[in-house]
Amino acid sequence: MSMNLDDLHKKLIAVARANPPSDHVPYAFEKRILARLPSLPAPDEWAGWVRALWCSAGVCAAIAIMLGVWTTLPANEPELGASFCHDLEQTILVSTDGEPNW
Amino acid sequence: MRMATEPSDAEVIAAVLRGDIPRFEELIARHTSRVFATARRYARRESEVEDIVQEVWIKAYQRLATFRGEAPFEHWLMRLAVRTCYDFLREHQRSREATFTDLTTPENDWLERVMASPEDSDEESDAARKLVGRVLDMLSPAARLIITLLEIEDRSVKEISQLTGWSISLVKVRAFRARAEMKKCLRRIAQDKYL
Repeated sequence: MSMNLDDLHKKLIAVARANPPSDHVPYAFEKRILARLPSLPAPDEWAGWVRALWCSAGVCAAIAIMLGVWTTLPANEPELGASFCHDLEQTILVSTDGEPNW
Repeated sequence: MRMATEPSDAEVIAAVLRGDIPRFEELIARHTSRVFATARRYARRESEVEDIVQEVWIKAYQRLATFRGEAPFEHWLMRLAVRTCYDFLREHQRSREATFTDLTTPENDWLERVMASPEDSDEESDAARKLVGRVLDMLSPAARLIITLLEIEDRSVKEISQLTGWSISLVKVRAFRARAEMKKCLRRIAQDKYL
């Protein structure tokens, strides 16, 4: 017997459509849910904002620490900075200093 | 149908957020039947269905402050319900290696009638319903969700994207894979039965 899989697929979907699940609600189901709510933290209108602010505060602190470390690291090597400034100054001002040597 | 004097969902939600927790019961009473119908599409045992619905309402309560009121509460709730059902399917993924050799006699008879004459077979029979359940149980969670929403509930790709939180292109890709997966299951029926 040959079988068309597409036909079978369509038929099974048609069966599922023709038999929607029941929407019956068990007796006193609302009461059961309600009884559980007091043990949960109350919904807070500002909870989302507080959570977001805490997250962003963490990110800001991390960025501040990174920037702090970055800016203080070169300060640990003052000779390098001073030497660089000195070399730069000499290079720029070399043409104006003293007599021409040609 | 809701009476004109009955407070709207938004009013009830505002009251709950102000601390009037018992009014949450009004929301449950109004919308829980739809949540039950949705949960019964994905779970067979009634205890599992009740667990899913309970989880949906607890999530709804805990996240009530995030409901902005831009869309009806029911849409927001159904998004929660569908995502909870998907989590349930992933957690309770049953063995999908079952074969169709253990089909019952009525299921076999129905299948033979469909193959002989698809137009004349009965769509309301218990055997047909059980066979659909078996095929859906064999699908992966994502495939089952997509087949249910797209083909059985006849929802659009955009609606499914909103319900699941998947992008439109991901829904399309998963729909393609789900149909292929379902076809593979049906081919196995054919092989088990006729080869």
